[in-house]
Amino acid sequence: MGKRESVPQVNAGSMADIAFLLLIFFLVTTTIESDVGIQRILPREDGDVIHHNQRNILSILLNHNGELLIDDAPIGPSLIKKTVIDFIDNGGGQDDSICDYCKGKRRVNSSENPKKAVVVLNAQRETEYGVYIAVQNEIVAAYNHLRNREANRMYNMNYTMMDSLYRNSKTTRKNKDMFGVKIKTIQKMYPINITEAELKNQ
Amino acid sequence: MNRFSKKTSLRTPELSTASLPDIVFMLLFFFMTVTVMKSTELNVLNELPNATEIKRLENKDRVIEIHVGKPSFKYRSILGDEPRIQLNDKFADISEVAPYVLSQIQRKPKHVRAFVVVSLKVDKRANMGLISDIKKELRKINALKINYTTYEGDAFKNIE
Repeated sequence: MGKRESVPQVNAGSMADIAFLLLIFFLVTTTIESDVGIQRILPREDGDVIHHNQRNILSILLNHNGELLIDDAPIGPSLIKKTVIDFIDNGGGQDDSICDYCKGKRRVNSSENPKKAVVVLNAQRETEYGVYIAVQNEIVAAYNHLRNREANRMYNMNYTMMDSLYRNSKTTRKNKDMFGVKIKTIQKMYPINITEAELKNQ
Repeated sequence: MNRFSKKTSLRTPELSTASLPDIVFMLLFFFMTVTVMKSTELNVLNELPNATEIKRLENKDRVIEIHVGKPSFKYRSILGDEPRIQLNDKFADISEVAPYVLSQIQRKPKHVRAFVVVSLKVDKRANMGLISDIKKELRKINALKINYTTYEGDAFKNIE
């Protein structure tokens, strides 16, 4: 019996086939799930009733046809953001409610101070959810716009950027604390006040 | 000229398939890592709306999901096409939302219970009435942190 010259080679030609089989299996079973969304904190059920001055309220109504009424006037969806920004940033307050960082027109019939300004979002029961989310998105976009502006002025950095760095687990403890303080400051300047009154049937 | 053409016709170079398994493996690993094995089967249509001002849900272990949408086609004949709530893997009534969320919170480890987020995965064609009922239920049990789960994209695409 002669000794074998070499170990017989394993044929690797079918490796591709096996890999393909697995690949197709994972392709079929994959569903890339969404894990992003608009964050919102609901008001407490036994929340205190706060009385607001009429001028500090911007009421947005969505009717069942997906039409928008802001303070009872119909408006196109592309104008929501601008309207909300103008309202929040109006800064028409005097004396103790003066807003020194606001860049609005300081009208007497619009909000006094971003801290007092409330956006009331109402939707009828038949309103489509997609439209509602689009409006929510625009309102949040308006707040983010103002927050970014102030963050850029004070810290030379976007608010949204600071926020994402703050949430990132790779950021160091020290930086996190620093961002935390800055974020709190900005949030105090432009707090998000979106409320939803009870929905009415038509 | 003659010499030149002769040389090329002598042998056609073979395409090497040796790297094919590597490429396939690369794809395979990509899909293996992004695959989320679903524990529940969706019984409702669930086409999420688009939004731009979004935040990522960082900790998956703190999330409780509620699906809302029209029943999928195989249930149409029995349930009609009014939007329904799906909890876990079965259809549920609005009154079952609060007990479900409470029981899910109970199942979580103690230190995360205070940070639980309810993720509302709602089809964009559902109507707001049902959503506001759900929100009312959530307020009753003090589960106030919610997340309207969306895809990333132009929000105006929802309005059509």
